[in-house]
Amino acid sequence: MARSVNTSRLTRLRTRSAWAFLAPMLIVLFVVAGWPLGRTIWFSFTDASLDLMSEARWVGIRNYLEYVEFKDGEGKFYGLLADARWWRSVGNTIWFSVVSVSTETVLGLIVALVLNQEFRGRGLVRAAVLIPWAIPTIVSAKMWAWMLHDQFGILNDMLMKVGLISAPVAWTASPDTAMIAVMIVDVWKTTPFMALLILAGLQMIPGDLYEAAKLDGVSALRVFRKITLPLIMPAVLVAVVFRSLDALRIFDIVYVLTPNTDTTRTMSVYARENLFDFDKFAYGSAASTLMFLIIALITIVFILGSRMDLEGKRT
Amino acid sequence: MSLISKMTTGIAGLAIMATSAMAADLSIVHGSVGRDHEILRKQLDKFEANTGNTVTIVSMPESTSDQFGQYKLWLAAQSSDIDVYRMDVIWAPQMAAHFIDLNPLVADIIGDFVPAAVESQTVDGKLVALPMFLGAPALYYRSDLLEKYGENVPETWQEMTATAQKIMDAERAAGSDGMYGFVFQGAAYEGLTCNAQEWIASNGGGRIVELDGSIAINNPKAAEALTLAASWVGGIAPEGVLNYKEEDARGVFQSGNAVFMRNWNYAYALAGGEDSPVRGKFAVTTLPTGGEGTSTAATLGGWHLGVTKYSKNQDAAVELVRFLTNYENQKERAIVTSRPPTLSAVYEDADVAAQQEFIPLWKPVVDNALPRPSAATLRKYNEVSSAFWTAVHNTMSGQGSAEENLAKLEQDLTRLKGPRW
Amino acid sequence: MTQVWLKRLGFYALVTVIILQAVFPFYYAILTSLEDGQALFEVNYLPAALNLVNYKSMLANGVFGKQILNSVFVATVVVIISLALAVTAAYALSRIQFRGRGLLLLTILSVSMFPQIAVLSGLFEVIRWMGLFNSLWALVFSYMIFTLPFTVWVLTTFMRNLPVEIEEAAIMDGASSLTIIRRVFLPLMWPAMVTTGLLAFIHAWNEFLFALTFMSTDGQRTVPVAIALISGRSEFEIPWGNIMAASVTVTLPLVALVLIFQRKIVSGLTAGAVKG
Repeated sequence: MARSVNTSRLTRLRTRSAWAFLAPMLIVLFVVAGWPLGRTIWFSFTDASLDLMSEARWVGIRNYLEYVEFKDGEGKFYGLLADARWWRSVGNTIWFSVVSVSTETVLGLIVALVLNQEFRGRGLVRAAVLIPWAIPTIVSAKMWAWMLHDQFGILNDMLMKVGLISAPVAWTASPDTAMIAVMIVDVWKTTPFMALLILAGLQMIPGDLYEAAKLDGVSALRVFRKITLPLIMPAVLVAVVFRSLDALRIFDIVYVLTPNTDTTRTMSVYARENLFDFDKFAYGSAASTLMFLIIALITIVFILGSRMDLEGKRT
Repeated sequence: MSLISKMTTGIAGLAIMATSAMAADLSIVHGSVGRDHEILRKQLDKFEANTGNTVTIVSMPESTSDQFGQYKLWLAAQSSDIDVYRMDVIWAPQMAAHFIDLNPLVADIIGDFVPAAVESQTVDGKLVALPMFLGAPALYYRSDLLEKYGENVPETWQEMTATAQKIMDAERAAGSDGMYGFVFQGAAYEGLTCNAQEWIASNGGGRIVELDGSIAINNPKAAEALTLAASWVGGIAPEGVLNYKEEDARGVFQSGNAVFMRNWNYAYALAGGEDSPVRGKFAVTTLPTGGEGTSTAATLGGWHLGVTKYSKNQDAAVELVRFLTNYENQKERAIVTSRPPTLSAVYEDADVAAQQEFIPLWKPVVDNALPRPSAATLRKYNEVSSAFWTAVHNTMSGQGSAEENLAKLEQDLTRLKGPRW
Repeated sequence: MTQVWLKRLGFYALVTVIILQAVFPFYYAILTSLEDGQALFEVNYLPAALNLVNYKSMLANGVFGKQILNSVFVATVVVIISLALAVTAAYALSRIQFRGRGLLLLTILSVSMFPQIAVLSGLFEVIRWMGLFNSLWALVFSYMIFTLPFTVWVLTTFMRNLPVEIEEAAIMDGASSLTIIRRVFLPLMWPAMVTTGLLAFIHAWNEFLFALTFMSTDGQRTVPVAIALISGRSEFEIPWGNIMAASVTVTLPLVALVLIFQRKIVSGLTAGAVKG
């Protein structure tokens, strides 16, 4: 296609309209998020407490790292970067996110492929599949706490009836299984989110592509690998990004379901403890800021690694 | 019913309060549980009729951490939307700066209150909140099983452990597979701090942080108490106890699957309820001791009323606080909601004893109450408590011995304390 | 022949498993909501008794209806505003070439990288400063923080995948960008719009922390907070019956919503719109 002088004027015009289209969204986002986020970052360099925010003083990077020299000449590092508990929660969070998001992606893909088929009662099945995502988290976390209970829980009862276990398992109490319990609940709850987004991707694939493949007698698996998967990849990737962001910030399921111990503490739980419970608002802000940086880093690595097309170069 | 209505008429007659010159609009916030809301509204209606003020109730979810976060936000914003806060017993030192000193305003009545409760709300001589009602634990035991096996009510933790083991083994041999010896609150949360400080204090191991702020928790008596507690898990207590809160423990005990239970007063009415399998088969006693030379210890819970500095109607708010904690209202609350009162005299009230037989039983518990070290550690209490329950939970789940965890706890606390609390 | 038959059997077995895993916990919740007192502590697979006490006591409480309406209002307005803002923004981000699109997308995404709890106190200040405390608009406003990045990203991704040809004709005809969005893209975007709208709706419907913090009177509260306010007869008792009854009540409208809109999820390109 030849580019004429006309097109360049058109391009300029279109660029201007692009910013006009973006402006309302950016303004709203800035007002809602700009101040709270900027403030959190600022407080992470102060000694603010929730009670005395106006008296916050700049303390540099002390919340992140500080070297304290004792009288005997020995010294020790303090601050977030030197806090083993913090790094343990970072590890927990990443471990949790990797396992549950990848499980959810695979399961979500399967569910989406099933829902994409024509069969009787499909509408009802779609609605049914969405139920776990529709139940408020505060309820589903409590509900699962109940189902996973070692004495009255239905899960232990089932497993014992089937004969898989001989004595009740203390799912949420034992350090070995607490994280698994959180993952089970999260996968159960958010697979519908994945499935629905992937389904939308599947639905946007023009039907004639399949018809062509069908006529050529290509096997179903090959059609999936060569046609379907590449076409829904953008949808899958965007779903994975948002699920990962949520998973990396997981809070309520952990908070309701498991004891508040080192084995399941996540970055959000750590931040909340300091922001509100421990009266260390500045330190909690530092944790939130560091968490933001960690998540940003992971996201960027993921986007680069998966060759996600941010700039839209292909069009 | 008739008693309550009779009493209500009586109160209306008795409670003649000085009507303030100007009618005020007040707001009180509380985390409502059960009939709390209903009874509070009823008492507020009387207050409104007596004084001409109006009072709005703002209710909060019962999750104490949700309440704590929200109240801190409101107070930090110096919000005048709320005049009276109902606060958990451990919050007073952490929020003291936002509340007025009630001491001069209630000097005439403060002597009638349970001393331990008043002490818990006093920070540097300032009375942050006036005690509204209490919570106190006891040892619940299956009187039928103890009788069946000819055992006495245990007085020490060792006796309790032995009795629990014996009865559990015998009952299991007789076919009750799900029988356990002892259940308590072992999840890593504030409740474990309450449980564990009782084990340690009653064993002569002292407090988490002493009254003067010194740290002496790393001692052999404390280690002994924790080692015993760790031996319960997976033995006389189910392994799941490591994530049990109050309701989990009650569920096990009330289903007839535990010989002993440590729980708060609330469980008494429920375990004695009509559909309860253990109805008529259990009783309560004070928590065990560590043996000779030690005494029982019970952690004090409860909710108390404070007036914020930012209130625009402080006089009326104080009046409201005094009204809600007066004899008649405490008596009514004790009867309707079975909350242990904060006025010593209400424990001896015949009507209360007739309707809530357990309340007089709790008097010795309340008198032996052991406050948590919130007064000594001030704003760092939550972090102290978290460090403490982590050490205990680690010991019980087999991550390090009691000695190791206590040594680490001592380090943590010393660092937390810094030059001073 | 048997192979086809086996395939179909396998497929329906898969459908059954999917339904079971999704619905069983919900079924168990309903079961629990029909139980009371000691029965809660026993494991049942079938209802032991049909006890509607929990539903009656909830519906008898006059505010609950108002609270459902609050949730409906907030979630609906949030979805409408975010879709409106996001569709135009997504068009700009996906169909118009300009520098820094990737960076802009990342910046938008970065809003979703802070823990919700860290934003809370700053947002509280903004809300008070705008005079929106205890107003439903405070929620509409604050929910933009999570719905906007999500809707913008998803719609951008989907729009970018549409073939270039579909708008070329319109551009050549000199149609304005708004017209192009309305006439060309909206009909094609239904599956994506309905899906993101639905997911955003549910997210707003279920949000708890902001709803608790920015509202102070019972009449202004939304459903999740209302559920959290349901308390047992005593301090530590969890009233499973009531909580489950309330959750079942608030989940059913969402299920209905999915049933209504699910047709839209499957329309769009498959309807041959690309050719038209």
